[in-house]
Amino acid sequence: MSSDGESRQGQIVRYGPALRINHWIVAGSFILVALSGLALFHPALFWLTNLFGGGPWTRILHPFIGLVMVAAFALIGAKLWCENIMRPYDWEWLHKIRDVVENREDRLPEIGKYNAGQKLLFYTIILCLLGLLASGLVIWRAYFAIYFPIWFIRIAALLHAFCGFVLICSIIVHIYAAIWVKGSVRAMTRGTVSDGWAWKHHRLWFREVTRGQRK
Amino acid sequence: MALQSLDIIRRSATTLPSPEARGAHSGQVAKLIDVTKCIGCKACQVACMEWNDLRDEVGTCVGSYNNPPDLTEESWTVMKFSEYEHADGNLEWLIRKDGCMHCADPGCLKACPSPGAIVQYANGIVDFHEKTASGCGYCVAGCPFNVPRISKKDNKAYKCTLCSDRVSVGLEPACVKTCPTGCITFGSKEDMQQHAAERIEDLKSRGFDNAGLYDPQGVGGTHVMYVLHHADKPELYSDLPKDPKISATVGLWKGIAKPLGVLAIIATAAAGFLHYIGIGPNETTEHDEEEAQRELEKEKTP
Repeated sequence: MSSDGESRQGQIVRYGPALRINHWIVAGSFILVALSGLALFHPALFWLTNLFGGGPWTRILHPFIGLVMVAAFALIGAKLWCENIMRPYDWEWLHKIRDVVENREDRLPEIGKYNAGQKLLFYTIILCLLGLLASGLVIWRAYFAIYFPIWFIRIAALLHAFCGFVLICSIIVHIYAAIWVKGSVRAMTRGTVSDGWAWKHHRLWFREVTRGQRK
Repeated sequence: MALQSLDIIRRSATTLPSPEARGAHSGQVAKLIDVTKCIGCKACQVACMEWNDLRDEVGTCVGSYNNPPDLTEESWTVMKFSEYEHADGNLEWLIRKDGCMHCADPGCLKACPSPGAIVQYANGIVDFHEKTASGCGYCVAGCPFNVPRISKKDNKAYKCTLCSDRVSVGLEPACVKTCPTGCITFGSKEDMQQHAAERIEDLKSRGFDNAGLYDPQGVGGTHVMYVLHHADKPELYSDLPKDPKISATVGLWKGIAKPLGVLAIIATAAAGFLHYIGIGPNETTEHDEEEAQRELEKEKTP
């Protein structure tokens, strides 16, 4: 189960151990940073600061957890960048989004390792993380905020909240997609997907990775 | 300041009413600073330090009488000196006692995410409760006057309390008590407005045609007001804002963005749930597995 695409007993390796561990570092830090961020954003959710040891601890921890998330995602982003470039068939896939939503996969074009939804999510995450990182540094009161004028801090705070919400909503879509498309979660827990899963959802990728086993 | 209060009309990050059985039945309070009477002696700065037990670092001269050059977490009031050359060649030394304006609609309170870290009493005083402050600095972004300062020692926000501890027992703020020229006065807001009107009339009779009261309505009026000789140009007084308002960015951030953001999250999650219930999961069937195997076999046996 070491190299990408190696197939054994009807299973195809989708993610190696390093990427899987990294994904769960990003996922864990995302949960923590989202909960602490929501706590500081909406008064109705301020009680979430109790999970982190109170208001000051939430304020102290939130940016550091955010940095862990950004750094860990940067590795994933670099590794998966090439596989997420939009191709002509991805636009066609997007065009048929109704068939996607209604599980009529037979009507969709054949696609590579990622579908257009996953690719757009990938870019959304990158944009949001860049926005969160830049604006987060500006409003980081303990270290950096003193270097910026107040009007700039205000815009950064608004941008930070906006990117935060877009990211949270995007990740909800991401998590739901994993629940919706059965057999996906295994790719991130065990590293493999079944031949049938790959054939059904990512046929071009299926052909590419099984080419080695064909004569 | 964290005395138990039963007269809180506004509390940060809180939706339900706070203890407010006690009201300000004799009217809200105000401090009136008549800058035209100020001689720049800094007695108010000293009185503030003494009453509040604050000892800021002794700074260095920055080329003007301003010392410290700006408000800090340990200097809640600072005299700001500016030299204004009049069109006719006269030099005016405009001295303004800077500090919290105690807005009727406080931007700091609006921005604060921590329930009860900022309160507004029935008498109009806006007070920080450092015990519950998280140190996020949102109050700094919320204030239209650039007043709150975050301490390097404890990461809490500090500013003038309008001596809420003194006022609550019927005393005037320390700066008012000490002012030797009667430049700073304290009383009900109504009385202060009336007193200001008399002063403005007097100033106008002496040739200050633009004399007026600074009680900016963009923040609902303030509980610290100035009598200015040049009320048409408040920015002459070390950049006192002409028409201060809670920034539109802060209004958006702490207004509509809050419910919309939370709604977006709930709607996204609900859409997922409804999709699962309505349309259902996308499963890989035996048929898909067979198709995959068939394709693999086909390739193996050309």
